Amino acid sequence: MVAHLLRLKLQLVANGLKRSVWQVVGLVVGALYGLMVALLVVAGMIALSVSDEELRRPVTVIVGTVLVAAWWFVPLVAFGVDSTLEPARFVTFAVPRRTLLVGLALAGVIGIPGAMSALSALSIGAVWWHDPLALVVGLGASVVGLALAVVGSRATTTVALPLIGRRRVREAMAVLAFVPLVLVGPLLGGFSSGFTADTDALRRVGDVLAWTPFGAPWAVGADVAARDWLLAGAHLGIALGTLALAAWVWAAALGRALVNPPHQEAPSKQRGLGWFDRLPATPVGAVSARCLTYWIRDPRYAMAVAVVPVVPIVLWVMDRDGGALILAGPIAAFLLGWSVSADVAYDGTAFWTHVAAPLDGRVDRWGRVLAAGCLAVPVVVVFVVGSALLTDRPTTIVPLLGAALGLLLTGFGLASVVSAYVVYPVQQPGDSPFQTRQGASSAALVSQLGGWAVLAVATLPETVLAVVAVRGGSALVGLVTLVVGLALGVTALLLGVRYGGRVLEKNAPVLLQRIMAFT
Amino acid sequence: MPDESAAASPPALRLQGLWRRFGPKIAVAGIDLVVPTGSFYGLVGPNGAGKTTTLSMATGLLQPDAGTVLVHGQDLWQRPADVKRLLGVLPDGVKLFDRLTGAQLVTYAGLLHGLDRDTVNARTADLIAAMALEADARSLVVDYSAGMTKKIALACALVHAPRVLVLDEPFEAVDPVSAANIRDILASYVASGGTVVVSSHVMDLVQRMCDHVAVIAGGHVLAAGTVDEVRGDASLEDRFVELVGGRVSGGGLAWLRTSSD
Repeated sequence: MVAHLLRLKLQLVANGLKRSVWQVVGLVVGALYGLMVALLVVAGMIALSVSDEELRRPVTVIVGTVLVAAWWFVPLVAFGVDSTLEPARFVTFAVPRRTLLVGLALAGVIGIPGAMSALSALSIGAVWWHDPLALVVGLGASVVGLALAVVGSRATTTVALPLIGRRRVREAMAVLAFVPLVLVGPLLGGFSSGFTADTDALRRVGDVLAWTPFGAPWAVGADVAARDWLLAGAHLGIALGTLALAAWVWAAALGRALVNPPHQEAPSKQRGLGWFDRLPATPVGAVSARCLTYWIRDPRYAMAVAVVPVVPIVLWVMDRDGGALILAGPIAAFLLGWSVSADVAYDGTAFWTHVAAPLDGRVDRWGRVLAAGCLAVPVVVVFVVGSALLTDRPTTIVPLLGAALGLLLTGFGLASVVSAYVVYPVQQPGDSPFQTRQGASSAALVSQLGGWAVLAVATLPETVLAVVAVRGGSALVGLVTLVVGLALGVTALLLGVRYGGRVLEKNAPVLLQRIMAFT
Repeated sequence: MPDESAAASPPALRLQGLWRRFGPKIAVAGIDLVVPTGSFYGLVGPNGAGKTTTLSMATGLLQPDAGTVLVHGQDLWQRPADVKRLLGVLPDGVKLFDRLTGAQLVTYAGLLHGLDRDTVNARTADLIAAMALEADARSLVVDYSAGMTKKIALACALVHAPRVLVLDEPFEAVDPVSAANIRDILASYVASGGTVVVSSHVMDLVQRMCDHVAVIAGGHVLAAGTVDEVRGDASLEDRFVELVGGRVSGGGLAWLRTSSD
């Protein structure tokens, strides 16, 4: 039975690849990226095993802790769990719960993150190759650690599912997820300032982590190498105990899920027609009103909005006394300008409403851009002015506005063209927030990178000018930056909307067909 | 309309040599169909016959590989903006903008078709009353049941007062009372000169409701004409089975008898 589940998972991956070339591209890019990271870990572990003996224990524990913690918590805020083998789909089959658990857990390792983690985990265990006994125990403990990562990830997501389904909670989590990111800056600074001096601190961190469920399995090899049997037993006990607990939690949650399918929250009533009352009763106004409603009401858009206020925080922490904060405006402009590119994909099959209506392609494009612009322009202006005043460099306001608005408007224009050509699978409205689509993120990445490259080239004049103006401080150059940025941005927007609209008119049925093939 | 009653006036919908393939599978292999103005036209066929594909191509949602679609004599794929104004569409198996409320969704459809605000508001209220959705007009469509979703989608298809309605499985999951109300709306629409094309699995419904019918299977039209022409002396269901074939006879699945355990 377990073998059946594994074969099913492999078959699903293989069938997914048959459906489109993008899936293959996505898988290859994802695999290359995963392989790179895994090779980095393996190389690091090899280097570690032939270098300082002192470092082996803390580094293996820390790397292992990061691995387990990533499995447990990353799906809660980003990416989601691969739900190709969703427990709910097995409701009608008489599969014993224990078999189902083992099968689903093993199937979880199949895939890029699983393979990557397995490779990394084994390399952590293999650090102890000097000592055959420690090697054997260490490799065994690595397998326990890997199991802990996979099973724990299932446990945290099934337990958190009802909570995370609520939009407000999810938005808060998205912001919280950046806290570790915020800490990366200072941490890197600390490491680079004196690595050898911090060996002591590193060992202390390793010792503490070894007593947590995340780090315990990775310390066992080191304990055996030091012939400290008591410590080894204690760490192994913590690891196995957590594994058992996680498996029990998952099994209980799964048991509940198998008899109680998820149910919906009570419908909420809206008063009036919302944005449809406030915006002009024209097709462009209608598209804008619909987009604005979605920007506010659809969690997928809310995520994109929630990221924006984090930008200045990260910049400030990374470079507390420098002027990095003034980049907040341009970065927010880039993020928000490009956000329009996923709009048609986010519509899903509901896009047929636009295809069936006698809609000018430009109307569709303008409606979407204006809705995003209503949000983006005030945000960008506030960020630019605010960051310049906070860093006490008011002269940078004018050139920064030029660069930021240039980026924003050019981004809108370019995204209007890109989204008329390319749709990629995204989370559909109403999907479980944990659901990811096979190869989705990588396929999206490939098509987006090209767009970014073009955007960078198209906004080169105003960015170069802005850098010169901010560095040199000449007011005239600043003014020129603003004029150039606005002129190029408006031109790009007009061209993008017009060309994108024409492409969309011709391409809309094809896009709809492709979206329908995803589902 | 007087000019429509002239003998030379083109039919409401004329499909000529429609052809569409998906990869190796030919979904629609040369369909010709004439839907006269003012007719209530039923499209029936087994699962996978190509009904949805045909209707998608006839409404501008799917580009045909070959063939033309004429709506009141105008080529849909040559002049999409003009022709789509004449069409009201209810596709099957697609989502709606379901983060809008029912009233917002109908308003949206009306505004996309270029109606002014007063007209849209008045028609939205009328349609929601006709579909018996007043109580849920301000709830999100995502919270609607399957039948309510069909009804709100039908309201969206009607809001711009199209001359031809193309409805793919409009009665699926709709309760009997609502279905009867919708049938009345459609019948009076046809009586006032509109044209309706519906696809359905339910032969009985088509026989009672429609005046014309076409039987489609394997991407071809097997029979088309008035309901009486197509069914002859038999019921439409018997005639359908006769045309399409595929009835499995004999005593298969002998092991399924509960007593064999």
